[in-house]
Amino acid sequence: MSRRALLGGGLLGGAALGAVAGGVAGYGAGRAAATPAPGTGAAATTYPFTGAHQAGIVTPAQDRLYLAAFDVTTTDRAELVALLQRWTTIAARLTQGLSAGPYGPASGPYDAPPDDTGEAADLPAAGLTITFGFGRSLFVGADAGTDRFGLAAHLPDALVELPHFPGDRLDPARSDGDLVVQACADDPQVAVHAIRNLSRAAFGAATIRWTQLGYGRTSSTSSAQATPRNLFGFKDGTANLKSEEESDVEAHVWVPASATTPATAWMTGGSYLVARRIRMTIETWDRTSLREQEAVVGRTKGEGAPLSGGTEFTEPDFAVTGREGRPLIPVDSHVFLAHPTQNAGVRMLRRGYNFTDGNDSLGRLDAGLFFLAFVTDPRTHYIPMQNRLSRDDGLMEYLQHTASGLYAVPPGLPDGSLVTGSDGTPVTTASSPFVGQDLFAG
Amino acid sequence: MSRTTVGALALAALVLPLAACVDNDAPEAGASAGALTVSSTADACEVSAATAPSGTLTFQVTNDGSDVTEFYLLGDDGLRVVSEVENIGPGITRDLVVQVRPGTYYTACKPGMVGDGIRSEFTVTDSGAQVGPTGDVAAQLADAEAQYVAYVKDQVGALIAGTQEFAAAYTAGDDDTARALYAATRVHWERVEPVAESFGDLDPLTDAREADLEEGQVWSGWHYLEKDLWPPAPADNGGVTYVPLTPEERASAAEDLVGWTQDLVDQVNDPDFTFEAFQIANGAKELLDEVATGKVTGEEEIWSHTDLWDFQANVDGARVAYEVLADVVEEEDPDLAAALTEQLAALDGLLAQYGSVDTGFVGYDTLTDQQVKELATGVDALSEPLSRLTAVVTGA
Repeated sequence: MSRRALLGGGLLGGAALGAVAGGVAGYGAGRAAATPAPGTGAAATTYPFTGAHQAGIVTPAQDRLYLAAFDVTTTDRAELVALLQRWTTIAARLTQGLSAGPYGPASGPYDAPPDDTGEAADLPAAGLTITFGFGRSLFVGADAGTDRFGLAAHLPDALVELPHFPGDRLDPARSDGDLVVQACADDPQVAVHAIRNLSRAAFGAATIRWTQLGYGRTSSTSSAQATPRNLFGFKDGTANLKSEEESDVEAHVWVPASATTPATAWMTGGSYLVARRIRMTIETWDRTSLREQEAVVGRTKGEGAPLSGGTEFTEPDFAVTGREGRPLIPVDSHVFLAHPTQNAGVRMLRRGYNFTDGNDSLGRLDAGLFFLAFVTDPRTHYIPMQNRLSRDDGLMEYLQHTASGLYAVPPGLPDGSLVTGSDGTPVTTASSPFVGQDLFAG
Repeated sequence: MSRTTVGALALAALVLPLAACVDNDAPEAGASAGALTVSSTADACEVSAATAPSGTLTFQVTNDGSDVTEFYLLGDDGLRVVSEVENIGPGITRDLVVQVRPGTYYTACKPGMVGDGIRSEFTVTDSGAQVGPTGDVAAQLADAEAQYVAYVKDQVGALIAGTQEFAAAYTAGDDDTARALYAATRVHWERVEPVAESFGDLDPLTDAREADLEEGQVWSGWHYLEKDLWPPAPADNGGVTYVPLTPEERASAAEDLVGWTQDLVDQVNDPDFTFEAFQIANGAKELLDEVATGKVTGEEEIWSHTDLWDFQANVDGARVAYEVLADVVEEEDPDLAAALTEQLAALDGLLAQYGSVDTGFVGYDTLTDQQVKELATGVDALSEPLSRLTAVVTGA
């Protein structure tokens, strides 16, 4: 038996399952009811794993992010499918506050490593969501000519190679990837635990290409959330698409059946994830006058009101002019250029996070915004807007895009489709469903 | 830009240094004495008090009306604008921070920004505090502006002469001469770059880097020629073999560069061209920002590695900008003047280890990480005090 099989469903085979089933159920219940550790402030929120769409998109944005992009190392399509099955089961378990495997961190065969790494053992689910996506290279390979897993015919037209945007300084080692996993939670340890266990389950089939930790969600995906601030000190995401705006979410986030062909129908109900690591030149910004800061953003720093007046949620009025007939909201401000009226009416659902990855060799903060957006089609909903922003946005003087990725995020697993073991928790079997299954069915 | 705009800029700029001692949430004893609130509506301009002690006053102006408004503090003749804050959108609050001597003043809100505004008399009593500049600051500033404009004209004059020489050598295929002239000529551009940037399209046409382009955009200017003079190996060029420009392409690119430079010459020699004190001060800060974001990381001259020339030129430009304003700064804020003088000298000293504009600099790619970090630290040490220059100059 391969190590991979052992880590995945292998332990579930045979008589062992029945023998420990009671203990597993007890563990699961115990952890879900656990009191949050002091200082985490994390509530014992759980979000359903199954549904028409994957969780972690319109789910109220959690405080923490750990995102990992993987390179698939196996060349065997069956092993790729097995990986996705293991991942799906583990994700379904972890998001419900269960351990990664049925034994948990402190049980199971005494001479085998535990099937859960254990650092989240006493923590609640903390609103964990895990979202999976596929990069273009999974379909066609880096040289664009290789059909690595027989999926090339199912490559959606929208899963393009992003163009070079003005001012990009991308690090290839931190960009792209065959698979992406977004783990969001209200407790960083829970998010890190999730990626660690998924990465463990991937050994032999896929390896981590790059990861990004994020904190302090910089946008709201629900109108029930207060607007957080980015590292420039400005409220971020005031005008973001919110989950409550159902018709706009339908129009701008999910891929409609009408946009797919029989070969790409597997993306119906899915979305596209744009990930951009945006380094901020913090030190220069901090030496900038409040006047310039507000002018390049287009909002007040204190309340976040548009410069045309009102309060935070007042719609910007680009027609209002002040002295010498100049618009109060400058035409090169971020608010002006990113507004739907300047972008053919398109909107994006953003889930950005602040990041601080230590410092660079010059002693400056390597910090900024890890931009995540879910859109129905990047060709209409991201690329034109980013071209405009990169070219004209006054804020670009203080920004540099250093990494980039685009991923097709398939729809969710139908409710009730998970295969469960005798303890009622999800298990991996040869017939377990997995995220993106329809892609491999064709 | 009008004088009134300058006044408002001054006030906005003053907010930062004052914020340290005037905390809105928890006013300290004494600090609150100068804090006033103003509510501007369609037909009223309510100031929380009609009198205040001399010194620094903060008017927290809230637009409670539905039109864009502005707020003025006028002299006793009702005409002289002591200070103003403009472009306040409905619902928005802005601070006007101003130093006021004892006397009689008028406050005025101007909803809709038309007419004489809604006025009230405002009395400033003598607190005994010394207020405002001594000496003839206005004359010093006017002098500084004239000096700086002269400097800009001088640099742009040298730039066009050097560019013509460079273009001739490059067009003739004399690459050695063109390479020798490249960095030395660009020094004159980099010294006055904020001025060039104020003329819109000229900067992207003449100084765009390849990485700053979007797909399909036509590249031109200095760095376009730089790449041709220092052609990269395929590994440094995205795996693609660099194709040298044809003689025709060379001639046309060189001609364009000279043409745009001539545009700059024409604009700065226009009799109406002025550069005001606050622009000089902001320009100095922008030059150092340029160094901090582009030069010190070696992104500006990725083919020729002549970044240190640009670096020195930006520092030169910042130093000249500071020096023409130095008299004012020394009077208004001697500590800042001392800090700037010291940090400029320190940075010049660091750069001098690697060469000079006259004798040439070592290639940026020969510097160790430690040396680059030392330079970056020097830039930060200078940038921080330099960012306070505008507030001091416009507050004078």
